[in-house]
Amino acid sequence: MLWYTGKRLLQMIPVFFGATFLIYFMVFSLPGDPIAALYGDRTPSPGVIAQIRAQYYLDQPLLVQYFHYMVGFFQGDLGTTYSGRPVSEVMASAFPVTARLAMLALIFEAFAGVLVGLIAGLRKGKLFDASALVVSLLLISVPTFVIGFVLQFVFGVQLGWARTTVSGEAPLNELILPALVLASVSFAYIVRLTRASVSDNLNADFVRTATAKGLSRPRVVTVHVLRNSLVPVVTFLGVDLGSLMVGAIVTEGIFNINGVGGTVYKAIKLGEGPTVVSFIAVMVVIFVLANLLVDLLYAALDPRIRYAK
Amino acid sequence: MKINRLGIVAISLAAMGALTLSGCAAGTEKAAAPKGDSKAIITTNGSEPQNPLIPTNTAETGGGKVVTSVFAGLVSYTAKGELENEVAKSIESDDAQNWTVTLEDGWKFSNDEPVTAKSFVDAWNYGALFSNAQGSSYFFDDIAGFSYDADSELTGLKVVDEKTFTVELVAPEADWPLRLGYSAYSPLPEVAFEDMAAFGENPIGNGPYMLKGEGAWEHDVKIDLVTNPAYDGVRKPANGGLSIVFYDSQDAAYADVQGGNLDVLDAIPDAAFETYESDFPERSVNQPAAVFQALNMPYYLEHWSGKEGELRRAAISMSINRDEITDVIFQGTRTPATDFTSPVIDGYSDKLKGADVLEYNKKEAKKLWAEADAIAPYTGTFDIAYNSDGGHQAWVDAVANSIKNTLGIKAVGKAYPTFAAALDDRDAKKLTGATRAGWQADYPSLFNFLAPLYQTGAGSNKEGYSSKEFDRLLKEGAAASSVEEATAKYQEAQEVLLKDLPTLPLWYSNVTGVWAETVDNVVFGWDSVPMYTDITKK
Repeated sequence: MLWYTGKRLLQMIPVFFGATFLIYFMVFSLPGDPIAALYGDRTPSPGVIAQIRAQYYLDQPLLVQYFHYMVGFFQGDLGTTYSGRPVSEVMASAFPVTARLAMLALIFEAFAGVLVGLIAGLRKGKLFDASALVVSLLLISVPTFVIGFVLQFVFGVQLGWARTTVSGEAPLNELILPALVLASVSFAYIVRLTRASVSDNLNADFVRTATAKGLSRPRVVTVHVLRNSLVPVVTFLGVDLGSLMVGAIVTEGIFNINGVGGTVYKAIKLGEGPTVVSFIAVMVVIFVLANLLVDLLYAALDPRIRYAK
Repeated sequence: MKINRLGIVAISLAAMGALTLSGCAAGTEKAAAPKGDSKAIITTNGSEPQNPLIPTNTAETGGGKVVTSVFAGLVSYTAKGELENEVAKSIESDDAQNWTVTLEDGWKFSNDEPVTAKSFVDAWNYGALFSNAQGSSYFFDDIAGFSYDADSELTGLKVVDEKTFTVELVAPEADWPLRLGYSAYSPLPEVAFEDMAAFGENPIGNGPYMLKGEGAWEHDVKIDLVTNPAYDGVRKPANGGLSIVFYDSQDAAYADVQGGNLDVLDAIPDAAFETYESDFPERSVNQPAAVFQALNMPYYLEHWSGKEGELRRAAISMSINRDEITDVIFQGTRTPATDFTSPVIDGYSDKLKGADVLEYNKKEAKKLWAEADAIAPYTGTFDIAYNSDGGHQAWVDAVANSIKNTLGIKAVGKAYPTFAAALDDRDAKKLTGATRAGWQADYPSLFNFLAPLYQTGAGSNKEGYSSKEFDRLLKEGAAASSVEEATAKYQEAQEVLLKDLPTLPLWYSNVTGVWAETVDNVVFGWDSVPMYTDITKK
């Protein structure tokens, strides 16, 4: 197990270098001069632009730019944005906000999704099951920004129960509404996954055996049915943690949350290499770690899975 | 929350009632309009400043809002764009080339340092110095000693005494003082020159507001300003401060005004064009602003120069139905253009000779196009370059359709993914057709709409227009001894443009905005920014 974990962690090194270089290459290939574009229609003198370009190594070839970035990286310097702010500072303000939002969303979709899915699976074909299916279908088919705007308007503007947008410090209570929006689609998937998996397992041999042994219904359901049904759900949650961390652009935009998605989007539009690469590097690490965690959880959930040498 | 808000309203109503009663009892005072709370903080929308808050390096609106609030220059602009003296006591010249600036007594920065002639001269020299790479350095290029490619002192600036300095310009400029209200001309305290980067994080100014202590600028979130007790100029705030909240999307900001989290919003998202007047009855604005939008037509393309080009340019211009597009696509939030400046600028005219080329005229357009075809037949597609990240697609498509339907040629929009990408092709002179172009004035003058865009070799003259007659008229206008004479020259210069059509004027962007019930006296200035200092909060 330890050996396996170590091996997986070592694999992160080439993934990290490959991903950062690829991203740097892509930002480098973006058309246009980012510095000239910063000033819009009011073009500063060419001399001014040339000096600023030189300051950010933008007048250098790709490999030299990447080299400068990497040298800085290993000295703990992630470069600066075009406004002169250290990228590390930008990350320190954006990641905690997004992490809180993603965690809230994850907790919501995991608990509510599994609960609803479990009940629906146990009562297959009944009214609850049918409504769960309809609601989840609706959530999957309606785009997130529609759900976002509707909830914002109803709860924020009309009822006044929640703040329309999230203030700077992004306290947890203000993040509840955005987290619900963010979680809505994944919640629907988890309901459906859990439901299918539960209803499959209900007919499995080990459940019949457990029931025949005389175990109580609650014990059969929680220990035997649910635990075995969670394997696909956990896989999904692991991948989803990654996408919640990085893919909240729409939700962040609607609720004016100063998070990772929006920051990266703006940086890409500005062609800000160091910012984009640093953020994506952290995202890659999060993705890899989340996947590792999922693989390790498999073993915990399903005794048939063991990681040997 | 709902109940809380009602409660507050009830309390404030009661308080107001009490005030009115006591006013009556006294019997002597005039019943003034309900005055706002002079300690109340006004919240408004903004965007993260692109650069540290150094006046000479802040050219975009996000930072501009803060810089104009924190600094006071020699003069400032009223809502209508008229000049009012701030730090200046007088700005005088006999020949429009050598100016003497005298400062008013008693001005101080918020750190108690007095504002002297040196504060201005040093700040301007800093902004102009080549190696300081300030985005607005070109604003000083008409002062003697300026250089675009090497470090050199502005020898035209001389400190006479504590309160007086002289300015020698490269050439006479009658309306030179007009530009001095622009934020790039702000004074800087001595502490700024010790560490400009740190100063940019926590600027110390002499304006109506100052930063609310260290760290008042929460990056990507907001910036908090409070009234500056040392300020005693014409923009004395009627409120206690300003909290500028940064939004990436105007939709979120609009929802916040509706939800009661934001007092003033100086933009209306496209999605709300149809509803803002009913959402905010009597609390919205939609008026022309100093923003000019047009289609630039490069000269390096076949068919678009010489006599043939002149005919084609006029034909294209007359085939664009500006009234219909501003109405349908923009719901009346744009005003069709009749010149190359803006209705809010002194000297604007809708009666320029040749302005009929800006009117939709199907028959004439077809005729001119046919005449051009007789010189050399036109083949291919007419395309209009735009950046697709700026919400331009709808109107570009509408303009292309209007041209297509009128002239019967193929016309399409050509999307670039980003502004940078479109700019690249414009700078490299690789356009294959027209391109969208826009200009927002830095200071309220006709000159500012013309010189940077159409003068031979000017910085933003990207499509390479060059006309000796236009350059001559511009120069004469600049050297004119009175503003009236200058205006006449600038209008004549525009008539040259109407004939040559290096750009096809489309419309002026309106300033649109809404505000919450909690605030009063919201007036938008000529530069599309609300006059924050006048706003009162109940």
